[in-house]
Amino acid sequence: MVHGEIWTLKELFVLPNEYIYWSIQIVMYPFMTGLVAGAFVLSSLYHVFGIKELKDIARFALVFSFALLFAAPMPIVLHLQHPFRGINVMMTPHFTSAIAAFGIVFFSYGAIVASELWFLYRKHFVESALALREKQDKSLYENILYLVFCALTLGVTDISQEALHKDEKAIKTLAGIGIPVACFLHGYAGFIFGSVKANALWMTPLMPVIFIMSAVVSGIALCMLTYIITMELRKFLMGIKKAHAVGFQTKEDLKSVEINVIRMTAKYLLFFLIAAISLELLDLIFRGYTAVKSWDVLRSVIYGRDFAAIFLFQYGLGNAVPFILFLLPGLTLRRAVVGVLLVLFGVFMMRYNVVIGGQAFSLTFMGYMHYELPIIPHDWETLKEGLFGALGIFVMPFVLFWVLSHIFPIFNYEESH
Amino acid sequence: MISRRDFLKYTVKGAAGLAVPLAAIEIVNPKKILADSQGIGKTRWVFLVDTYKCVGCGFCVKACKIENEIPYDANVTRTWVERYVNTKDGRLFADTPKGARDGFTTNKIDLGLGKFQDVKNEDIRRSFFVPKLCNQCENPPCVQVCPVGATYQTPDGVVLVDRTWCIGCGYCIMGCPYGVRFFHPKYHTAEKCNFCYHRISKGLKTACVQACPFGARMIGNIKDPNDPVTKIVTTERVGILKSEYGTKPQVYYIGLDEEVR
Ligand code: SF4
Ligand code: SF4
Repeated sequence: MVHGEIWTLKELFVLPNEYIYWSIQIVMYPFMTGLVAGAFVLSSLYHVFGIKELKDIARFALVFSFALLFAAPMPIVLHLQHPFRGINVMMTPHFTSAIAAFGIVFFSYGAIVASELWFLYRKHFVESALALREKQDKSLYENILYLVFCALTLGVTDISQEALHKDEKAIKTLAGIGIPVACFLHGYAGFIFGSVKANALWMTPLMPVIFIMSAVVSGIALCMLTYIITMELRKFLMGIKKAHAVGFQTKEDLKSVEINVIRMTAKYLLFFLIAAISLELLDLIFRGYTAVKSWDVLRSVIYGRDFAAIFLFQYGLGNAVPFILFLLPGLTLRRAVVGVLLVLFGVFMMRYNVVIGGQAFSLTFMGYMHYELPIIPHDWETLKEGLFGALGIFVMPFVLFWVLSHIFPIFNYEESH
Repeated sequence: MISRRDFLKYTVKGAAGLAVPLAAIEIVNPKKILADSQGIGKTRWVFLVDTYKCVGCGFCVKACKIENEIPYDANVTRTWVERYVNTKDGRLFADTPKGARDGFTTNKIDLGLGKFQDVKNEDIRRSFFVPKLCNQCENPPCVQVCPVGATYQTPDGVVLVDRTWCIGCGYCIMGCPYGVRFFHPKYHTAEKCNFCYHRISKGLKTACVQACPFGARMIGNIKDPNDPVTKIVTTERVGILKSEYGTKPQVYYIGLDEEVR
């Protein structure tokens, strides 16, 4: 079997070598980097612009962004025909290609997030390391933790008020640099598509901007979702072991904190959602109005074959419905959860409609290709480029987040930043 | 005190003096010397297809698959032949079943999904065949987008793929406006027509040119004024595919039609 043949159905006049070469993992790639960028921007809203209401979710978003960062290149690796040669991109980067810069952008962004995290948690590392050192009869786990924390301090143990103040400044600077870099990381994913002149649907200079806006939307939505889930879990746990209620929180406290944070964050979500939709509609209207050669086939795809995916799922369920849900006064948690889930779904559908929709028609403009996502895997290819491969990628950051939260405490961490 | 006149004089002299070394660098361009000493720069391979002569037998496709070791039954091919049919009621059909490997033997148009459209002879206003292959573009987007440089252009104009370096991202497949690229079923690297580079660089013709019984395909060197292909391309009216992409394709067609995609 030729690569792509198994999930491509050809209709009418399609060239012999045309298949849907970029499949579900290439849908996941911009989706995941979008989440990374979005989560980071959300955390920077607090650190740079000092939006106090977002303080609680900011630290959370930063750790989550870090977890997502590891998952972001995975779709590409699963997509490559020669995954072990992926490193070639670093060895002989060919800079006329948009993909070539991936490694550089990715690592510089990773470095920024990592150092910001370090400054943010330095005090915690030092304190934990000192506390563990004092402790007698450490268990194996504690021994390991001790080593990890020692390593993480990087040998700097100065946590005087002065030093911490400097940290704060560094965080602010890093978060400031991070915003354009995060936007670049993702806008550049948009550029990968927008610059393909052979593809009538992809080629538009708006693509990077559209990608950035929807990225921020999805990142905020995912942070809200995860935030609610973890808060609910804490409330639940607190219910079980009432006696151990830590710090200032009681169940009621948590509840009011939670809903306030969510309401505030939802405002920013709405703002970016409006920007994203306007740009997408502008693109659509412009194409229809200028109606160049490719418009006939594009129209038949957009208003015909992909109508449900674009207008019902993406714009309808994924944009319009959550828009109304968030706008209605008196936002409740339950409504917020439904809203963010729909927003995430909408952004995913947008990536899907761009990547798969861009390959739904032939270069001849006289034929169509239909994509059938492999669900039950029967070989390596249908596993990694099928439903399970995509799900695996989606679950990955949550697992990483769970692991990371052992080192970077996300709640109960009293800190002035 | 320096007069304005002197100042101008010195400036001009200084500028001229500065320009000399720059010019010198230009004169001893090592790349150019190497190219000249190896005869590079005297060759630019181009292809010429005479669609009037093509009958859609598919011999070229067969020959290419065998010569270039593209698995015979795999549904990908480095070259293919398209059939265009205009009916009297104004409809346009086009197909290329299996890349026309087995030729066009019936009036049934392949509509994909296992469906066929029977067109009666008396309903046909006109019909013709168009062979396709890599255009070895002068400005190849496939080379531009390859992130590792595994796809590159040789000095004599042919675009090649390094099978040992290609990571299989498929960006070049997406970037080619002519749909000539695919993944090799065995090597899982980007694959496409390379004008039988292993043959032409030894003075042979490409496998498809040799296999065509009607002389519909020709390969030549556009930098050689005496080459028959050059003569036709420079003196007759020939067309290229999809010029709007700015790729400067180097496969020329005689008898190209607006309807050819
Ligand atoms: S026809 Fe396609 S594969 Fe061939 S050189 Fe041009 S862009 Fe590259
Ligand atoms: S598939 Fe291979 S040749 Fe094509 S762009 Fe990717 S690395 Fe380059």
